[in-house]
Amino acid sequence: MPYVVRGQTRETPDTVTLVLSPGPGAEPHPFAPGQFNMVYVFGLGEVAISISGDAEQPDRLVHTVRAAGKVTHALTEMTSGSTVGVRGPYGAGWPLSKVRGKDVVIVAGGLGLPPLRPAVYEMLRQRDAYGRIEIIYGSRSPRDLVYYEEIQGWRALPGLRFQTTVDTAGRDWYGDVGLVTARLPDARFDPPNTAAFLCGPEIMMKLTAQALTARGVPEDSIFLSLERNMKCAVGICGHCQFGPEFVCRDGPVFPYSEIRRFLAVREV
Amino acid sequence: MLERSGFPSLLAALRQHGYRVVGPTIRDGAIVYGDIREESDLPIGWTDRQDAGKYRLERRADRALFGYAVGPHSWKKYLFPAHERLWTAVRTDASFAVRPEPVEGPPLAFLGVRACEMAAIDISDRVFGKAGDPAYSAHRRGSLRVAVQCGQAGGTCFCASMGTGPGVRKGFDLALTEILSPGRHYFLVEVGSREGAAVLSGLPLAPASQTDTAAAEAVVARTAASMGRSMDAGGLRDLLVNNPEHPRWEIVARRCLSCTNCTMACPTCFCNTSEEVPDLSGERTERWRRWDSCFNSGFSALHGASVRSSTKSRYRQWLAHKLGTWHDQFGTSGCVGCGRCITWCPVGIDITEEVAALRLPAPPPAEKKP
Repeated sequence: MPYVVRGQTRETPDTVTLVLSPGPGAEPHPFAPGQFNMVYVFGLGEVAISISGDAEQPDRLVHTVRAAGKVTHALTEMTSGSTVGVRGPYGAGWPLSKVRGKDVVIVAGGLGLPPLRPAVYEMLRQRDAYGRIEIIYGSRSPRDLVYYEEIQGWRALPGLRFQTTVDTAGRDWYGDVGLVTARLPDARFDPPNTAAFLCGPEIMMKLTAQALTARGVPEDSIFLSLERNMKCAVGICGHCQFGPEFVCRDGPVFPYSEIRRFLAVREV
Repeated sequence: MLERSGFPSLLAALRQHGYRVVGPTIRDGAIVYGDIREESDLPIGWTDRQDAGKYRLERRADRALFGYAVGPHSWKKYLFPAHERLWTAVRTDASFAVRPEPVEGPPLAFLGVRACEMAAIDISDRVFGKAGDPAYSAHRRGSLRVAVQCGQAGGTCFCASMGTGPGVRKGFDLALTEILSPGRHYFLVEVGSREGAAVLSGLPLAPASQTDTAAAEAVVARTAASMGRSMDAGGLRDLLVNNPEHPRWEIVARRCLSCTNCTMACPTCFCNTSEEVPDLSGERTERWRRWDSCFNSGFSALHGASVRSSTKSRYRQWLAHKLGTWHDQFGTSGCVGCGRCITWCPVGIDITEEVAALRLPAPPPAEKKP
């Protein structure tokens, strides 16, 4: 389906947020927070990119892309009016209906924040349906933080704490330096009645899930969004297999209780 | 019943009904699948000798048409071609237009489908059907399966262990049993579908006697008793999924070349990759699908590094998927016991031997010296 680039925001030196709208013959496609699309650049190929916009605005499709390979590189250099192909949405997203009434801990590492943003929008829209919201966002350095302005707005909201931490920083950084797990003790939540959404490097999610279970959060209330090589998004290319799961079709969001045993195996 | 002399009329009838007949033929010293235009295209009077890492053609003492086991090809080469264009896109003003690849040509008649291969096609139907793959279903639609009951087992065959053969029991359009008795060479023909029956009309068939049926049963029974390999298939799913740290993975990885031969020869391996092929003008581009393998280093590439960088992890992924997690994904094993992965492994790794070794309890870790 053709989609037209309507706007682009440079988030960091290598990361751009694209706003797309349906092109000729394409329909707006509703999505659930945590799902992804296959985005195609003519002559270059297709990549799996999480949807990072608001699910209430399906005609305004938002993707935050880091230039990593040739397709993502082209995407970050797209100008307004260019056309890309979009297939999707694919996969199982964040189980928002299951976590109603609970405190929610969100831990994002690097570009793990974009697939979580639609979930944050949804929770803020139905603010009373959720308990405390604790967000911990880690990145390599201050200049790698995305959605900076928007985050400042979230910080001002009652019942929501947003902590930021980076791996390395200069003297101009007044925030925390260290791993996201080091920020966890400061987060206030009621463990048995808490759900957690994690997205970031696998080792970060693994250690965070361990820290959360150690504090008493049930394993089936912790959800991880996995990333694997993907070509087809429909469970036929075989690339994204993780144990018995096709990450594209059965995930990318999985309960920790279901995948913990496979996370423990090296090179699974 | 069809006498040997009437066999050409079966080929003619298949063509008359609009099928492109493909089946076993000899090329480059192996029995592979290709177009069958006349009966002399078949490997008449040939057989194969197979063992781990070994495949040789030999002359038979008789003139059997189907006196051999399966070769390096499987029917997936027609249903899921090794390299296939899926669509073409052309640049328009500010956009591009995508044209899906049309599937043209007559429907296929697969001649000489063995029981293990019937099972493999059934598995592929599930795999590609679950994904709703348009290319696969276009090739599969209207195809005819003319099965052949195996008259002899190959040296690496173990379909009897996997419950897939050697007898073809269901799903076929036609099933042939080739019977060679002193002084008589004929086929017992079973009909499995309306399409199969339609092909038979007008052929010089005679009703089968009880003696003929018994002779056909004896052929399959003899084959079942002469399997070259066997594998204990009980509880395989749990064995494979629950033993990711078994020391046997290390041991097999010392021999495995990660060459992908087993996955290419396997009739059910479906992994593939997509390739974008633009022309030099930049105005036109094509999307191709190509067989890929979990043994390739780039297969699991993520952010420039391979998730499965060791051969151990790749072999484990292949076998644990084939015999284990395939059950979770598709409700069946991914192995049909055809033995191709054993025969075509250049170092002769034997899946039945590996499974037997995985069944042995891991030895306790050696005590560390203080």
